[in-house]
Amino acid sequence: KSSVQTIGEEQIQNPYTELLVLKGHQDIVRFLVQIDDCRFASAGDDGIIFLWNVQTGEKLFELHGHTHKITAIAPFSSSDVTEEKMDLIITASADRTVIVWDCTSGRQVQKVSCFHSTVKCLTVLQRLNVWLSGGSDLCVWNRKLDLLCKTSHLTDAGISALVELPKNCVAAAVGKELIIFRLSASNNGSEGWNVLEVKRLVDHQDNISSLVSVSDLTFVTGSHVGELIVWDALDWTKQASECNFWDSSVHPDVQPEIKLSQSPNETSVQHLTSDEECVFAAVGKGIYVYNLQMKRVIACQRTAHDSSVLHIEKLPNRQLISCSEDGSVRIWELREKQQLPAEPVPTGFFNMWGFGRANKQANQAAKKMQENTPTYFLELVGDLIGHSSAVQMFLYFGELGLATCSADHLIILWKDGERESSLRSLTLFKKLAQNGDLQLKL
Amino acid sequence: MISAPDVVAFTREEELEDDLYREPPLPEEYSVPLFPFSGHGANPWAKVAGSKFTRDFILISEFSEQVGPQPLLTIPDDAKVSGTFDLNYFSLRIMSVDYQASFVGHPPGSAYPKLNFVEDSKVVLGDSKEGAFAYVHHLTLYDLEARGFVRPFCMAYISADEHKIMQQFQELSAEFSKASECLKTGNRKAFANELEKKLKDLDYTRTVLHNETEQQKKANDKGYYTTQAIEKANELASVEKSIIEHQDLLRQIRSYPYRKLKESEFHPYEPESALDRVDVGGDQDPTSSDLSDPGETHLYTHVPSYTPKLIKAKSAKCFDKKLKTLEELCDVYFFTQTLDQLHHIERTFRGDVCYLLTEQISRALLKQQSVTNFLFEDVSFLDDKPPVKQYRGCQGLGQDAIDEKCSEESLTPKVVISLGSYKSSVECVPIKMEQEMEDSEEPKMSESVMSEHQENLDYLDADIKGSISSGESIEVLGTEKSGSGLTKSESQASLPVIPSPQVGRSKVGSRRTVSEDSIEVLSTCPSESLIPEDFKASYPSAINEEPYVDDSEGGLRFTPRPNPGIDDGQDDISKQESLVQVDAACCIGKESPNFLEPLPELGQKPCEEDGVVRIPPQPYRPAEQGLRGGFPSHDGLSGGLLPYELDSRYLTGSREVSKSSLDECSDSTSYISSAASTCSDRTPSPAHLACPAGERHRKRAGQNALRFIRQYPFAHPAIYSLLSGRTLVVLGEDEAMVKKLVTALSIFVPNCGVYAKPVKHWVTSPLHLVDFQKWKLIGLQRTVSPAGVNVLHALSRYSRYLSILDADSKTLRCPLYKGTVVARLADHRTQIKRGSTYYMHVQSILTQLCSKAFLFTFCHHLHLPISEREPEESVVNRRMNFLKLQLGLANEDIKIVQYLAELLKLHYIQEPGQGGNPLLRFDYVPSFLYKI
Repeated sequence: KSSVQTIGEEQIQNPYTELLVLKGHQDIVRFLVQIDDCRFASAGDDGIIFLWNVQTGEKLFELHGHTHKITAIAPFSSSDVTEEKMDLIITASADRTVIVWDCTSGRQVQKVSCFHSTVKCLTVLQRLNVWLSGGSDLCVWNRKLDLLCKTSHLTDAGISALVELPKNCVAAAVGKELIIFRLSASNNGSEGWNVLEVKRLVDHQDNISSLVSVSDLTFVTGSHVGELIVWDALDWTKQASECNFWDSSVHPDVQPEIKLSQSPNETSVQHLTSDEECVFAAVGKGIYVYNLQMKRVIACQRTAHDSSVLHIEKLPNRQLISCSEDGSVRIWELREKQQLPAEPVPTGFFNMWGFGRANKQANQAAKKMQENTPTYFLELVGDLIGHSSAVQMFLYFGELGLATCSADHLIILWKDGERESSLRSLTLFKKLAQNGDLQLKL
Repeated sequence: MISAPDVVAFTREEELEDDLYREPPLPEEYSVPLFPFSGHGANPWAKVAGSKFTRDFILISEFSEQVGPQPLLTIPDDAKVSGTFDLNYFSLRIMSVDYQASFVGHPPGSAYPKLNFVEDSKVVLGDSKEGAFAYVHHLTLYDLEARGFVRPFCMAYISADEHKIMQQFQELSAEFSKASECLKTGNRKAFANELEKKLKDLDYTRTVLHNETEQQKKANDKGYYTTQAIEKANELASVEKSIIEHQDLLRQIRSYPYRKLKESEFHPYEPESALDRVDVGGDQDPTSSDLSDPGETHLYTHVPSYTPKLIKAKSAKCFDKKLKTLEELCDVYFFTQTLDQLHHIERTFRGDVCYLLTEQISRALLKQQSVTNFLFEDVSFLDDKPPVKQYRGCQGLGQDAIDEKCSEESLTPKVVISLGSYKSSVECVPIKMEQEMEDSEEPKMSESVMSEHQENLDYLDADIKGSISSGESIEVLGTEKSGSGLTKSESQASLPVIPSPQVGRSKVGSRRTVSEDSIEVLSTCPSESLIPEDFKASYPSAINEEPYVDDSEGGLRFTPRPNPGIDDGQDDISKQESLVQVDAACCIGKESPNFLEPLPELGQKPCEEDGVVRIPPQPYRPAEQGLRGGFPSHDGLSGGLLPYELDSRYLTGSREVSKSSLDECSDSTSYISSAASTCSDRTPSPAHLACPAGERHRKRAGQNALRFIRQYPFAHPAIYSLLSGRTLVVLGEDEAMVKKLVTALSIFVPNCGVYAKPVKHWVTSPLHLVDFQKWKLIGLQRTVSPAGVNVLHALSRYSRYLSILDADSKTLRCPLYKGTVVARLADHRTQIKRGSTYYMHVQSILTQLCSKAFLFTFCHHLHLPISEREPEESVVNRRMNFLKLQLGLANEDIKIVQYLAELLKLHYIQEPGQGGNPLLRFDYVPSFLYKI
């Protein structure tokens, strides 16, 4: 039934052997955002924001204020040297309000409700100490929630993504277009800012679905039809582009029927993430690794999940985590592979069974084969099954574990059982010493 | 090989029909000595089969001043229970041994009637003719209309089993004291009310009389008093005197709680102060007390909403009046509370004594395992909250609340305290009991408040012996004045053990005269009467040897011979014991009550000729245990011992012993029970202390589990799944069948908290991850409907967290198990036949597992580095070595202990009150499909 590579029940490399279910939300949980080393916030369609302790799974605060679903959330730590550190989060909701919350006290700091449309994205420019909200227009706010400036009405659809670029610029994805704005201090006063549209990039054939900054010099966009464009962050020129990289350009022997069978949804670039060398793209059900240096896809897992991959993230240890609508979270490892010349053939052979049953033959060896270059492949090292519905997002907390949120209203904390066990022992002996139980208990 | 139950058939047949028995001639080599008591009924512990009642019951009797001893009520209130047993006769018997009843009303040398705050007396008596033995608890209630203001009552626990009475004496005493306190509290309240009303009456009468006298004085100018006037004056004088008396009485009854308040120790009763009161009363004019008999005025005191009445000097004769019922005497509320308490007593002590003792032992031991007992035990029954709470309710209303509380606290001794203190109090009194009840004689200490004042109550006087035991069949086996066992012993607990018998004896002697304590030896069998030599012979041992002392004090019980298998670790003790067994004919071998194992007694099978376990288990004695520590792990903790220092011999050794002994035990137990079941209803199904339902459940669960392990060859991996915390889903179409399996397997499920077991018997909806956190054993419905598809889909989705037992196709999908623990736990060739036995077997092995988990959890260096620089790997290695080498665990057994340890940690870390998030721990291990 499943076309996806399966790993079975024995997963030696999977460290997550303990889980904690965090209940609280009453609707789909869509966002998780890290506040600091041990806290994170979750938000979703029920309009409630929860603050959690990732270590204990303790619910710290339950923030009520929005009447509709949350559409964007961003952490906003004050970097002011003068003030004491305050952990804030900004949330935007479909009720056309934006609220700033204090994560330490769990209180609402301020609320803005002068929006004409739903704010779909929020970006904090720490350097300038301002934040931007993107809806049908782009607004610039300072910390005190004063509106500094705003653009004219851009489109009804609104800005779907925002990314900060060097030189006080931001890139906003508006439909098929990518608009570059520049913020500049206004002439008449120190507090005033102006926002100017600098450039409109119209290279994408379809709506831009993801936008990510790779480095100071590059950023990447992905569209619904599977185009991936690498841009120069300084002069906003197209450095490279990859389109249709799910098909024949990678696998010359893939049959045309398969291409036809792919609905736009299956080629949509759902999410992008990157490290210094590579961009990792969640495209449809697959995961693709695009090397910026080589300007090509170096490894891919064409059907990494049973359905669309919603979020991917690169871990420091060459591992990659993806979550999907099928409710599973998978851990992949990018490995260099010895050249096996016969490898592509079975792939093609199996695909000849026809697209209808193409799924039957797990394309386990799906990988990019190129002559004269090291070949990489994504090895499945573990999967986490717990959610009963689409896993919307996850947050990686290093050795503290992994938090996943899902449409089944749950958040699951996945933890390293060994580590937790020894931590508990530590706590136990601390408590014993505290209570004086180390002495003979009478 | 013929097993014991097979043999039973032969012995039974012989007993019932001689002809039948002769027909299948048993080969010589198979012949087994017959149970010598088979003539009396086959239960070897219930020696007297001739009793006329079917089960134990409680009898409340009164020594009525009108009709003499009469039974008032029985609990349970069922004519069938007492059967042909003559309650009237027995009431006479039990009331005739009440010593305090003789002291009522006006003490010699006292002007006013004094309320005598006497303690209850507690007596054990046996009536061999009736086949009845009774714990008799005498108490007096106050009644203004009664002679001397007191009405003697007694509550008796009547059983056919003498040993039960003797061995449960402390417990019975404690429980009956509660009931008695409740009655007396209500009675004091009612009595005070009655007095108040009476005072109002008298006041009113005095006013009336006074007015009349004045009128007469005015009318009379002759200068001399008419006889009428003199009569009136006399009457007035007597009324005034009566007022003073009643005021005094009221003061006395009201001062009772305050006196209690002043007590520093929790003495429920204080005889000295009661006597002081007598002295204080003695100051009053001795001549003025006789004029108004309180009995005369009864007609006017019984008015609900009170308006004072005129009291006539002359009143009805004593025998015309109707005495108040017990209910009226004690206030309805307190009366019903008392009845509740008595019903509780009846339920608690129902059944054979060995069940009671086993239960007490295991309860006491479980209480000690405070860290681990939540895992597999039903901890809720450990605390005695329900009855106490119920009783508290009555305190709150009582005006003597404080007093009540004081007395309750002292009268609700934990098993631990009462036994320990009891022991020290009687440390120098040898009490032996022989195998045959007829031979037994029990010198017993008794305390009497009156012993100083009433010389005729010198119980050592041989003449008295005859007078009290008026019938040949009556034997007073022991008496004890209330409070003596507790308060006295507590004060003496610090005394060193008296080294020489002479000192001990002299102490006894001095007590007889100086203190309230006295020794009473009553026996009507002249041939079996106390032999001084015998006394002396066993006496030294009673003093020098702790275990023996312990045995003797604990209240006259049989003690089993030391089991060689178990004595290994206790060589020194048993050696000592053998030295002190001076009179082997009288004293059965003593078992050191050093209970290092949970249920060693169960396995003890003394090698007697008849080959039957005849020795009920011993009550648990924690006093002796102090040295070894109730739980070995505390040593481990305090010692901070390294793995290699730990002596795992105990663990492994005891495991073997316990296993083998339990196996044997199962046979003998079933033998006994089968024999007993045919003889009579003498041993009704034991109602265990807190919850008979729970007991029944255990039995059924054990039976089902037994069937499961015999029926399913893959029982081991299934049980392993449960023990290692992997949720087991029992899938099936038939609800009853699934539930049965779930019940069977539930005994293997470790508890995650102190709450109910994580077992869900029947679920029809698809399972979710949250369910696996909450439940570790789930019965799941299999349906063919579309919903059923979802159910199965969820199962396959979460299969990594689950073991699935398919009840319909008889398959099991779960990880492999190669350990050894479960094999011992669930041996399909086990000889255990009965569910409850198997349940106990399981509990004992699980307890061993718990102790291992405890050691593993609380050994510091297994989890933390010894030095700063020690790498994590070496700690891990040490941990694994400990598990493998020290705890002797193999393969998957390690996982079980690790899981239990994890539960222990969580339980300990968890803040009280805070529920905490339930964790789900799992492993990525492959599963296998097992088929029959």
